[in-house]
Amino acid sequence: MSLRIEPMQRVQKAENKDELLTPEIRADIDAWIAKYPEEWKQSACMAALSIVQDANGGSLTTALMDQVADYLDMPPIAVYEVATFYSMYEHKPVGRHKICLCTNVSCMINGSDDIYEHLRTRLGIGFGEVTTDGRFSLKEVECLGACGGAPMMQIGHNYYENLTLTLVDQILDGLE
Amino acid sequence: MTDETITIEVDGCSLEAKAGQMLIEVTDAAGISVPRFCYHKHLSIAANCRMCLVEVEKAPKPLPACATPVADGMKVFTRSPLARAAQKGTMEFLLINHPLDCPICDQGGECELQDVAVGYGGDVSRYTEAKRVVRDEDIGPLIATDMTRCIHCTRCVRFGGEIAGLRELGATGRGEHMRIGVFVEQALNSELSGNVIDLCPVGALTSKPFRFAARSWELIQQDGIAPHDGVGSNVRLHVRRNEVMRVVPKENDAVNQTWISDRDRFSYQGLQTDDRLEVPMLRENGRLREADWDEALQAAARILLDTPEGNLGTLVSPSATLEELFLAGKLTRALGSDSIDHRLRQQDFRGDVADPAMPWLGRRFADIENNEATLIVGSWLRKDQPLLNLRVRQSVLNGGVAMAINPADLDFNYDLDVDVVCKPSEMVQELAGVAAALGASTEGIAVTPDEAHKTAARLLQQAGKGMVLLGSAALMHPDYALLRRLAANIARAAGIEWGSTGFGANDTGAWLAGAVPHRRADGSAGQGKDAKSMLDGPSETLLLLGCEPDADFADPQRTAGALGSAKVIALSSYRSDALLAAADVVLPVATFAETSGTLVNLQGDVQSFVAAITPPGEARPAWKVLRVLGNLVDADGFEHNSSTEVRDELLQLRGQIQPDNTLGESAECPQGFLPAGLQRIGGIPMYGLDAITRRAAALQATPDAWDGTLRLNAATAAGHSIEPGGRVRLVQDGLSVELPVSVDERVPDDCVWLPAAVQESAGLGCSFASVSVEKA
Repeated sequence: MSLRIEPMQRVQKAENKDELLTPEIRADIDAWIAKYPEEWKQSACMAALSIVQDANGGSLTTALMDQVADYLDMPPIAVYEVATFYSMYEHKPVGRHKICLCTNVSCMINGSDDIYEHLRTRLGIGFGEVTTDGRFSLKEVECLGACGGAPMMQIGHNYYENLTLTLVDQILDGLE
Repeated sequence: MTDETITIEVDGCSLEAKAGQMLIEVTDAAGISVPRFCYHKHLSIAANCRMCLVEVEKAPKPLPACATPVADGMKVFTRSPLARAAQKGTMEFLLINHPLDCPICDQGGECELQDVAVGYGGDVSRYTEAKRVVRDEDIGPLIATDMTRCIHCTRCVRFGGEIAGLRELGATGRGEHMRIGVFVEQALNSELSGNVIDLCPVGALTSKPFRFAARSWELIQQDGIAPHDGVGSNVRLHVRRNEVMRVVPKENDAVNQTWISDRDRFSYQGLQTDDRLEVPMLRENGRLREADWDEALQAAARILLDTPEGNLGTLVSPSATLEELFLAGKLTRALGSDSIDHRLRQQDFRGDVADPAMPWLGRRFADIENNEATLIVGSWLRKDQPLLNLRVRQSVLNGGVAMAINPADLDFNYDLDVDVVCKPSEMVQELAGVAAALGASTEGIAVTPDEAHKTAARLLQQAGKGMVLLGSAALMHPDYALLRRLAANIARAAGIEWGSTGFGANDTGAWLAGAVPHRRADGSAGQGKDAKSMLDGPSETLLLLGCEPDADFADPQRTAGALGSAKVIALSSYRSDALLAAADVVLPVATFAETSGTLVNLQGDVQSFVAAITPPGEARPAWKVLRVLGNLVDADGFEHNSSTEVRDELLQLRGQIQPDNTLGESAECPQGFLPAGLQRIGGIPMYGLDAITRRAAALQATPDAWDGTLRLNAATAAGHSIEPGGRVRLVQDGLSVELPVSVDERVPDDCVWLPAAVQESAGLGCSFASVSVEKA
């Protein structure tokens, strides 16, 4: 045998694709599918998962991943593989604002432990937990590539760098 | 890869190789051992275990031999200090998270990790931190999981996608949290799933029925031939204390490559059951009693001698060995009857006069991979003939097309270019449509080809190599003779082959051995009755070999009736109520593992095997029983001392007979099956094929086993005011059976699906028939 470079299509393709997800989500995913060669629909898998996750309040369910698999003609397990490999996909419900705090070397040296303690005291939750009002959830992440601004965190699509305890309070106060 | 031959140097030896070949293929061919876990010659290259690192001159780092293409003049060192250091380093990493539970691991003693660790591992582990633990998923009744032992080679994952055509296992999570599994816990659906047990280099995936049953070094290995389907997979039986503990594949590229189906792997469970026959039995004053061999054989001989000439009928299993079939035919003919048949499930014998001398698959297995077009008629090939399906799938991957005409919308693990789903009775019109589109004779069927027919015809016509493949549903069809003529017409018009998959392990052998009424073992024509006519009677005496009256015949009810009014001598390995109710003499015989014999597979390979264990109790190999019966009725030519003598006599008798599917002339067979109302779809469930399979507990617990319901689609259910989940009475020819209903959209309109060879259908007649349903 040889090295294998071919799409992971499944034989039994879902028939009623227009019943999957919502028309808006399908349109968004279609825009991504269009970027790749026709037989490489699966290349849109990561984008599709992000779109579906955003529409579902920030987390994925098996049922949603199955619909993505159906829509992209992929074996469901291949979608699970992607969705469990990357840390930006959530498999449990998260808060309205997902605070991703980096604790890797640069951030740790610059005081990410203190930031974590502060967040923990203020929100009353540790890593992997959601506040009871569903407003915040806290997540420990590996390096997000912003070592120049360590310590840092990501909330939603925004990076917040050079954090201090006061700055953290200001940021959180500014979120609904 | 090109055909250009180049020379490389490995450990100072000069080796010839083809440009572009991977290094490990060249070293393997030369017998140079390079340790590996993820590489497998039939799977794609992953290069993720890093165990096969070797030193290559001018390369700055060690390279994985499995993913390094050879180049002219390349100098490779597999045992240099650099290579050794790399291999030992990899080994140390692989062992970091591997539990040291070899003493309780089923893989212990036959484990690739153990073997390689002996050569490349350190004697003391330097790792003192915590090891990871992985939760085990339940992936069905066949495969046990101990995922903590997994080293992430991904052979099982690649097997699913590339060979089985169904990607069910995957690697979820990342880094330390990566794990192999199904994610959503469910039983594997692949009919080839057991092969991951062999592929797994460690003890993560092991055989569930074999779990904790024996250690590998206690087992004695005996070569055998799988006795279920016509592929004749080469297997190894692993035996301990006269018990078959498990079955594993034996490599044979021409037959089964390195794979076997789950049916071949786990059917051994049916060998040791409570209902094995261990002593002969005899009917006396209306009751069966145990008897000794002498008494029972004398009684059987008396029945045979008392039978008026021509009134003996012999019904033999299509999975019986060549020797058994030959001696059964010889005995029957010595008693003045030609009535012997192995086609127990066939309904339509109108085509017998046109039968070729030795029908076969039509193409060799390896050639099927080169098919440019394959038309499957009446077969869920994936489940009926898993390894044959593998070849057809390969042909599709090689750029060929596959098409199917089936009485249900069955899933295949490759795309079908034409997928016709029709009522059983319409299979004739559909096939005739393809014939008409090719300009071939439609055998008098008036049909206008539609788009599907024209597409199929065009694809078949364009194909230089290809075949029409008749499956078990076609063979069991009430208009089989017509379907067969149509298939032959299509094949002739398109310039391709045709053939059929048969029912058992020895269909081709049965023709060779003369186990048909119209063709004797010496090739001369016979005048006997076929299986159906024998049962239609009157047959004064019926001799059964290896078949169960309620499950192995086309029409269980007609069979029960015929057996009830005849004297019955049954050679059987199992007691079943239907058999004991009918038999006058019961002679316990050996199964495939307990006898020597020969099976001829669908491509005509004559494969002999010897017994791996002795039969239970007083059971004896059937060929010996038949030989003694021959002596007792004073027939000539029953002096064999071994099964090889029987086989050699037959092979000499047949001379240079070649498998051939050319049909002779026969009268037209008009379409006879034209039911008005509901039609019953029959067919044999994958694990209902023969007596052994039906008794294999693990196989019966898989999702492939029939679930006991009558299947029909929602529209049909609504049309007949049947509530899904409720119970109905299915009426067929005045007979009826009550059973629950389930909705299955694979079933065409106005059809119900109730397979043959299951207990619920034993009270009915033929499996493709006109039926009606009423609320129970």
